[in-house]
This record gives sequence, structure tokens and C-alpha cells, in this order.
Amino acid sequence: MTLRKVVTYTLLVLSTLVMLFPIAYAFSISLMDGSEVLKGNLIPRDVTFDNYVAAFERIPLLTYLWNSLVVALFVMVGQVVLSSLAAFAFVFIDFKGKAIIFMLFLATMMVPWEATMVPNFLTIQSLGWLNSVWGLSVPFFALAFGTFLLRQQFKTIPHEMYEASQIAGVSRFRFFWNIVLPVSKTPLVTLSVYSFLTTWNMYLWPLLVTNTEQARTVQIGIKQMQSNEVASDWGVVMAAVILIIIPTLMLLFAGQKQLQEGLTQGAIK
Amino acid sequence: MTVALPKQRVRARLSDAAAGILYLSPSIALFGIFLVYPLFRTIYLSFFRTDTQGTPLSFVGGEHYAKLFTSASFWQSIQATVGFVLLTVPLTIIIALGLALLANEKLRGIGFFRTAFSATMGMSVAASSVIWMFMYNPSIGIFNRFLEAVGASGVQWLLDPQYALLSVSLATVWMNIGFTFLIILGGLQNIDRTLYESADIAGTSYGTQLRSITIPMLSPTLFFVGIISLINAFQTFGQIDLLTKGGPTNSTNVIVYAIYKDAFINYNVGGASAQAVLLFVTVLLLTWLQFKLVERKVHYQ
Repeated sequence: MTLRKVVTYTLLVLSTLVMLFPIAYAFSISLMDGSEVLKGNLIPRDVTFDNYVAAFERIPLLTYLWNSLVVALFVMVGQVVLSSLAAFAFVFIDFKGKAIIFMLFLATMMVPWEATMVPNFLTIQSLGWLNSVWGLSVPFFALAFGTFLLRQQFKTIPHEMYEASQIAGVSRFRFFWNIVLPVSKTPLVTLSVYSFLTTWNMYLWPLLVTNTEQARTVQIGIKQMQSNEVASDWGVVMAAVILIIIPTLMLLFAGQKQLQEGLTQGAIK
Repeated sequence: MTVALPKQRVRARLSDAAAGILYLSPSIALFGIFLVYPLFRTIYLSFFRTDTQGTPLSFVGGEHYAKLFTSASFWQSIQATVGFVLLTVPLTIIIALGLALLANEKLRGIGFFRTAFSATMGMSVAASSVIWMFMYNPSIGIFNRFLEAVGASGVQWLLDPQYALLSVSLATVWMNIGFTFLIILGGLQNIDRTLYESADIAGTSYGTQLRSITIPMLSPTLFFVGIISLINAFQTFGQIDLLTKGGPTNSTNVIVYAIYKDAFINYNVGGASAQAVLLFVTVLLLTWLQFKLVERKVHYQ
């Protein structure tokens, strides 16, 4: 039994070292000055934070971070609001064609978003939404996965409660707002964390619909930085990398349990 | 009162329908504008020659498709895509499964390891790619430093057509482990503990328990994760754009990157649309396959 523990711990520690190595390596590089980076050192001899200062000075990192934050929050709120409204309709309201509409919602999950990007780009362009937070966020507001996740939770609320509230003359929206949402905190948090993470990390769409410094998100900022500075200043690039992964890593660590439970629910259905 | 009742019921039903539509309308409207319309528009454009702005000029029938099937670069991108899928999906699942089995042990401090293994889920493709680009750097990156330290000669990880796809795939496996690990761990935790308790009493070994309890009970989760990973692999873009730009000699020019290049760099909207349609059909087939197989499994049980 103890032998098994020793073996397990050894494997756990080794795996952790391998998995976290790239992140630790990036952090280590971000603390070196240029000459040490070029020597190929693994650990900085003299720790310096100059790269972090330089990262803010050389590229408009604060603007990028702010843009990413705004876009991620917009999409998060949009997805949570639209998914919960739709899930409420699917669970509590009876109307003709509900089953078919639900099937169609599920069917949207089969469409790879990349297959529709050309007309979507043209739509955003004709709306005048290039380089705007609307163009970056609105196309992602409707989310079948989110609707599905919340529907699973809403189904656990007894339908009799809804009927009773209807007889008592409580409006649908008040029932939704005062009863359904408060008891569904866990899946709502799961969905929020998921939305924020995926939006913050989005790459292809922001690449297509932004082309000014004012509008770019951090992911595109890091691409600009890497292609402009190639090799000359890896320390600064790594400092920027560390700065842009901190928000999502913190969010992941805080919401890991909910995320895991929520995603598994979606998987097992 | 008795007269008013049927009237009331009719009104309630009507307003149920209205309310249903009202609550669904934001989602339906956005799906319509940003998913259904562009999907049909893509299919439509794939049969037309267009100007650089995607305005259809003349109907060309299946010309774009015919051109694709006879073009060497299209087959090369199919080859790159399939190679990428085969190199990333099985390896990611096997490693994530191993990590999940370790992290499912009831040990002190296990929470820390779970967090560490899921960390890459919080890492963006862009940030991860930049880190891997540095690790693959021929002169100062860790991989070549290691090779030199053991006396081997360095490799042009991202510039050698022989290694580029492998290098991008390895980086991708690392990026995808976090998400895959979380899902598999969730699946493991859903397995009824009493199964293991009775197996322990019977004195069965860890290997036997793994084969006769864990893997069968986990198979729906593994299946789900397999399909999701497969679909994700077909949609890969970011790491290609950052690490290789589809090169060297198109060896990493996966399908989504090919679509992007055709549409937004070469302004060949019709050709890009035809490739997008083929991508859509592929993903559709894979998803359909998933439903069919899951259905059969349910029948068996």
C-alpha cells in the first residue's frame, strides 16, 4: 500500500514537472536580460523585471488587455443571458414545435464555425462593425452548448412550482428571475467561466475583424509582438505572455471544480 | 365563470406560444444571422466566381470542387490535416487518461496536481504557441540545447518539412491536455465507488480493475472526448498561423489554414467556400457517426 503511494506520488510529481515546464520556462525567460536569453540559460542568474516594464512600453499592452476584458465580459454576459432565456423556454413553456426547435439548436453544434467565417466577415464589414467590440462579441452570443447545459439544470426544478406560480398570477419572467436563476448558480458559474476563457483565448476571429492598435485583443497583440520582434527580445515577449495568461489561469484555478462538473454533465448528459 | 373558462384557456395557450418565441428569439435571430445564413451563403458562393469582396460574378457549377480535387496543394492540405489529427488526438487522450487516473487517487494534496494538469486549459493558443516557438528555437531553444548536450546535432523543428508537422502536433497535444484531462477526470469521478470496493474485497489487482471496471465504465466519456478532440483537430488554426504559417512546403497547411489563406490572402472566395463546405460535411459526418455509435451502445446495454 505504501509502495503504491510512493509510486503514485513520484508519477504525479514527474508529470507535473513536464506539464508545467513550458510555463515555468516562459516565466524564467521573462526574468532574464537579453544576453542571458541568447546564452540559452534555463534559470536567470540575475533576476530583472525590466522585461515587464518594456512589455508595457513597447506595445499598447494595456489597451489590448482592456479590449480582451471588455470583449470577454460582453460575450460572457451575452451567452449567459441568451442561453438561460432559451433554456427556460425549452424547459418550462409549452408550445408547438418546441422539440423541433430544440433539435435545430443541437444541430448548430455540428457546424464548424470556421466553415462560415467568410460570409460572417462580410456581414460584420457591411454592418460597419470591423474594429469594434460588437463585431468581436455579438456573433458568439447564441450558444447551443450553454443552452443545453442550463436546460439540464432547469429540468431538475419541479414543474409543479412553475404551474403553481402561474396559477398564483406570478409572471413568467419573475419566476425565471426569482426562482430559476437563483437555484442554478453552479451551472451559471460554469458557463460564465467557460465563456470568459474561450473568448479571452479566441484567435482567428479577432485576427479577421481587427486591424488597428485601438481594437486589437491581447492574443493578436502577442502575435504582432512575436512577428515584429523575432528573436531579438524574447524576454519581453515572454513577459507579455505571462501577463496575458495570468487572468485566465487565475480564473481556471478558481473555477476548476465547477468547470469540471459542468463540462462532465454536458458530456454524460 | 363556466363560460369564461375555455376562452381563458385559449388565451393562455396562445400566450404560451408567444412567450416561447419571445424567450427563444434572441438566440434564434443570432443563429439565423451568424450561422444559418453564412452556412447557406458559403454553399452558394462555392458555385460562383466572385470578386475580391465576395460578390458573386458568374455561376461556375462544380468548377471550384473539380479544381480542388485535381490540385496537388489541396491533397497536401488533406494529408496535413489527417496527419495532424492522427498525431494529436490519440496521444492527447492517452496522456490525459493516464494523468486523470493518477489524479483520481485519494491522496493528500491531490487538488494541487489536478490544478497543475488542467492548467493548459487556461492557456490561449497564442500564448502557448509563442512559448513553444521559443522552445523550438534552433539555437537557444530547450530542445536543441538538450540534443547538443547529449551530443546529437540540432534539428530545425519548424523549418524542416520532415519535422514541422510533428513539432506543431506535439505542442498541440500539450495545449489540449488540460481540457481533455478535466473531462476524463469528471468521468472517472462518476464511476460508482462500490464497484471498486467489492473488487478490493475480492482481491483483484489494479490492472484487472482498470480493465474490467474503469475502462468499460469510462467508455462513454472517452468516446465523447474522442469526437470532441477529432472535431477540434479539424478546426485547428492558431498554432499553425503562429508557428509555421502552413509551411515549410505546405507540410502543415491544414484545412482551416488553407481556407483562411485562400479567402483572406489570395481573395479566392469561391475556392475557399468549396473547401469550407467540405470541412462542414466532414464534421457533420463525424458527428453523425457519434450519434449512431452512441445509439448502438445504448441498445446493447
